Amino acid sequence: MEHPRRLFALIGPPSVYLTLFFLLPLGIMAVFSFRAGTIGEARNVFTLEHYRQFIANAAYHRLLWRSSLMAFGIASISTLLAYPLAYFLTFQAGERKLTLMTLIIIPTWTSYLLRVFAWKLILGTNGLLNTLLLSLGIIDQASPILLYSRTAVMVTLVYVWVPFVALPIFAALERIDRSLLEAAADLGCKPWEAFLRVTLPLSAPGVIAGFFFCLIPTLGEYVTPLLVGGGQGAMYGNLIQDQFVRALNWSMGSVMSLAMLLAVIVLLVIFSRMGSFSKLLEL
Amino acid sequence: METRRIPSFGLLYYWLIVIVLFLPIFLLILFSFNDSTRLVFPLRGFTLQWYGQLSKNPELIRAVRTSILLALGSSFIATVLGTMGALVVVRYEFPGRNVFVAVAALPLVIPYIILGVSLLIMLHSLGVRLSAWTAGLAHVVISLPYAMLVVIARLVGFPQNLEEAAMDLGATYWGALWRVTLPIIFPALTAAFLICFTISFDEFAIASFLVGTQPTLPVYLYSQLRFPTRLPLVVSMAAILMSASMAIVLFSEWLRRVGQTPQPKKK
Repeated sequence: MEHPRRLFALIGPPSVYLTLFFLLPLGIMAVFSFRAGTIGEARNVFTLEHYRQFIANAAYHRLLWRSSLMAFGIASISTLLAYPLAYFLTFQAGERKLTLMTLIIIPTWTSYLLRVFAWKLILGTNGLLNTLLLSLGIIDQASPILLYSRTAVMVTLVYVWVPFVALPIFAALERIDRSLLEAAADLGCKPWEAFLRVTLPLSAPGVIAGFFFCLIPTLGEYVTPLLVGGGQGAMYGNLIQDQFVRALNWSMGSVMSLAMLLAVIVLLVIFSRMGSFSKLLEL
Repeated sequence: METRRIPSFGLLYYWLIVIVLFLPIFLLILFSFNDSTRLVFPLRGFTLQWYGQLSKNPELIRAVRTSILLALGSSFIATVLGTMGALVVVRYEFPGRNVFVAVAALPLVIPYIILGVSLLIMLHSLGVRLSAWTAGLAHVVISLPYAMLVVIARLVGFPQNLEEAAMDLGATYWGALWRVTLPIIFPALTAAFLICFTISFDEFAIASFLVGTQPTLPVYLYSQLRFPTRLPLVVSMAAILMSASMAIVLFSEWLRRVGQTPQPKKK
């Protein structure tokens, strides 16, 4: 530390901000989870009641489990779809690489809410998909089941995530030394063999990063299920939202949020064991 | 690659994905010109009436204004704080550096609902009245890591000896930072600002908990999605927004690339 004063002057403001408006609220939420009630006298009574209820309620666990499975499925499918995309951009797109990459990213910067909403126009009873299938004669009656289902939530979220998952995979593929692939070919590797034994393992950090960057936020997703999921497609995030918006049981909501935060931290620990966090940020 | 079939398959796959990615946006734009209050196929006829009605909707205009002000404010703070963080991370080794990076980067992955409700609880406990600005507090937290990453990417390739030269010539450290470093990385700062702007402008999951009675545009749009007759209006607004944000992104992408290319040597 050559210049501690400069260091403190620079690191001070962001640290103070993040402490006050990111870490402190999480701490206060943890305290809130022990409160007996949201308002009045009950605020000052501390209890483990909400934890007990949370642990005892099988419906909560089912929803948490189902949401985890959905998030896992969404992250897996997104990764599977994103890999060929990133592979194409890296190895086959040639000079237009960055332009084609930008084209993938552009839609992600337009309104999330409205893009998700637009899927209603695709999956709805009189939507694009039904109209198309009807006119092609594949079905003879518009199917209402496409919308407001778990499938609708998954399709929409995969749509949202594919470009974001492709980014770290693209970055990892870009970093592969091409001479390794030439060496593999010289040593008699067939193209698919070289892919399985050289390209795929070397791109693994990007794949893992993309997978977790999709999986973790998706665990807490509540907006998409709200729009296209209906009752059947509800996720754990909707349960939390209900506690704050409708049931006004903030203590219960805090317990549920903490449970999710715990899951997030566990996933992050697994992630950091699999590939270093700072390597990913390219520091 | 010796086989020619693989590239063509890749290209096909690429365009298929691009079409799917743009499809919802295209549909919204299509329906914004459709002469019917119902957003269903078949299309009815061409109209510009929804665009005409936009300007006559004061609530919508207020929401747009709120969102713009909020996004300007929060992205300014996020860019300043993110730049400070980036300078620290790139230039200094100190105990706790990894902790700082981890905490600053955490909002990238943490589910937004957790940030929203925890801030809601804190502000409520302190008796702070909710407004668009309270949502802005959270927007700074979520856009800061993006600003930091963009500036870090630029600083990594930045020749530190320029700063040293300025200091040899009598500038203080802060003077060198202000008059040498910041002007050179200015394109990256602008790109960071624009990215933060689009994040804040589009953010719904957190804002829905924190805006109180002062809806931002996404919160307003969401409230309108429940009324079928207002949908065409929302959709035409969406079409405008999507075009505008695409323009902003293209501009910031261009800036980021200008910022990354090595500066030509003088003389």
